[in-house]
Amino acid sequence: MQSPAGSTLVIQNLNKKFKTRENEIIALQDINLNIHQGEFISIVGRSGCGKSTLLRVIAGLENDYEGLVVLGNKQISRPGLDRGMVFQEHRLLPWLKIKDNVAFGLADNLGGEKIRIVQEHINLVGLTGFEKAYPHQLSGGMAQRVAIARALVNRPQVLLLDEPFGALDALTRIQMQQEILRIWEAEKTTMILVTHDIDEAVYLGDRVVVMSSRPGTVKKIVPVALARPRDRSSYDFIQIRKAIYSEFFADAEKPFAYAI
Amino acid sequence: MSVIRKYQFVSPAVKRVSQYLILPVAILVIWQLLSQAGLIKPLILPPPTKVAGAFWELLSSGQLPKHIWISILRVSEGFGLAALVGIVMGIGIGLSRTLDRLTDLVIQVLRPIPPIAWIPLAILWFGIDELSKIYIIFLGAFFPVFVNVIEGIRNTDQRFIEVARILEVPRWKLIRQVVIPGVLPYIMTGLRVSLGVAWMCVVAAELIAANQGVGYLINDARQLSQTDVVLVGMITIGVTGKVMDSMLKRLENRLVGWKISYSGD
Ligand SMILES: Nc1ncnc2c1ncn2[C@@H]1O[C@H](COP(=O)(O)OP(=O)(O)O)[C@@H](O)[C@H]1O
Ligand SMILES: [Mg+2]
Repeated sequence: MQSPAGSTLVIQNLNKKFKTRENEIIALQDINLNIHQGEFISIVGRSGCGKSTLLRVIAGLENDYEGLVVLGNKQISRPGLDRGMVFQEHRLLPWLKIKDNVAFGLADNLGGEKIRIVQEHINLVGLTGFEKAYPHQLSGGMAQRVAIARALVNRPQVLLLDEPFGALDALTRIQMQQEILRIWEAEKTTMILVTHDIDEAVYLGDRVVVMSSRPGTVKKIVPVALARPRDRSSYDFIQIRKAIYSEFFADAEKPFAYAI
Repeated sequence: MSVIRKYQFVSPAVKRVSQYLILPVAILVIWQLLSQAGLIKPLILPPPTKVAGAFWELLSSGQLPKHIWISILRVSEGFGLAALVGIVMGIGIGLSRTLDRLTDLVIQVLRPIPPIAWIPLAILWFGIDELSKIYIIFLGAFFPVFVNVIEGIRNTDQRFIEVARILEVPRWKLIRQVVIPGVLPYIMTGLRVSLGVAWMCVVAAELIAANQGVGYLINDARQLSQTDVVLVGMITIGVTGKVMDSMLKRLENRLVGWKISYSGD
């Protein structure tokens, strides 16, 4: 299988249905998307439009799909260490210390190397000193940092983030957005982030994929050609935000904060 | 509220302790008064003072410590064995569908048989001594742990399983770091139920066939119409059971302390 030049993740004619006892739900219909190595992709869309399903297909958690989903010339059919994932809930094991949660995905035959990798990733997400804490002793933002560290220990090529900051308060969310950018720049990981916050999508993404629901399709792909660090109050930033906003609300007046 | 609080004379701690004590003290006082008024026959229910006297007598003669100790030993042995076998079998069967199917029918049929119904067979097989008691206790205490362990394994959080799949965590590590810790609260619940059943079983077995133990003490006293001794035996079982349960509760808090703040999410 040959992917287009520069693309690391190729999605072509992807369809995904869920069959329930009564009916069939088309969760994704004819999705086409090429994602480049090291790119930061934001995906926005209303709840239920198939954003999580798309990430789960890429993660290899849903293998009963039609179409091509190819990472580095290999069709995705199951999870692999080349892809990491962070969920909206941190999903840390409550009975393990932070360092053991971060080490959860590391092979045990690494010896002393393991301790070094764990510490490095705890430092990377800015939690130095919390190695021996338990998840319930952390705030929501800190727990999500641990989840990011855990997902990164095997140095995945692609990190999938499913509304990772959706449950955080507004100030913590902005802080986490800056953190994830810093990590992205340090690790050069390809990032695919699902959000329902248009501001977040524009602030983070090289491109913003706008999805529409029933069935879940890609409605539009908006490039964000803005230099980083981005200024959320700049004219260009607001213009892009407006353009995406109008994909969801055709002609209603545009409120100050854009969230779907 | 704050205005009312200002005028309270008793400290909250004293208030709490007295709330615990009000009911038992009231029962004892009324019981004593009714007995002194001649409204309850001593043979039916002797007054608390008489029960206390019998308790003191049995304690100082060494009779009560001897019998309760025998019962505690039997409970500990039967319960310990049941806990061990229940946890090991529960984990094995919980993790393997094949093992589950192989054993399911036998277990489902054995489970509803009350342990007491095993007493005749147990005596035939193991005689009237320790072994038959331990066998009965084992049978009674086994199922609550066993059933709870399996339930716990079946309820393993699928979200953690997904995380493990994504990280390609090997199966044995998944069992050790995800499944077993998740089952721990279920094991503790099962153990506490089992301990209660173990006490029921030991007393029942001792009532029917024994020459030692609190159950024997109670039965012997009944035949001699020593109602006060019967009551001493009963209360001793209650207190001992409560103490052992508290010990398990403390163990539970230590082992699954993470659970305290986890239930919310
Ligand atoms: N396991 C499943 N079984 C049946 N339907 C599902 C399942 N997972 C998702 N769906 C349906 O697929 C659609 C897309 O869901 P999802 O990807 O979770 O949306 P989003 O993440 O954008 O909110 C929804 O209509 C949802 O009900
Ligand atoms: Mg979702």
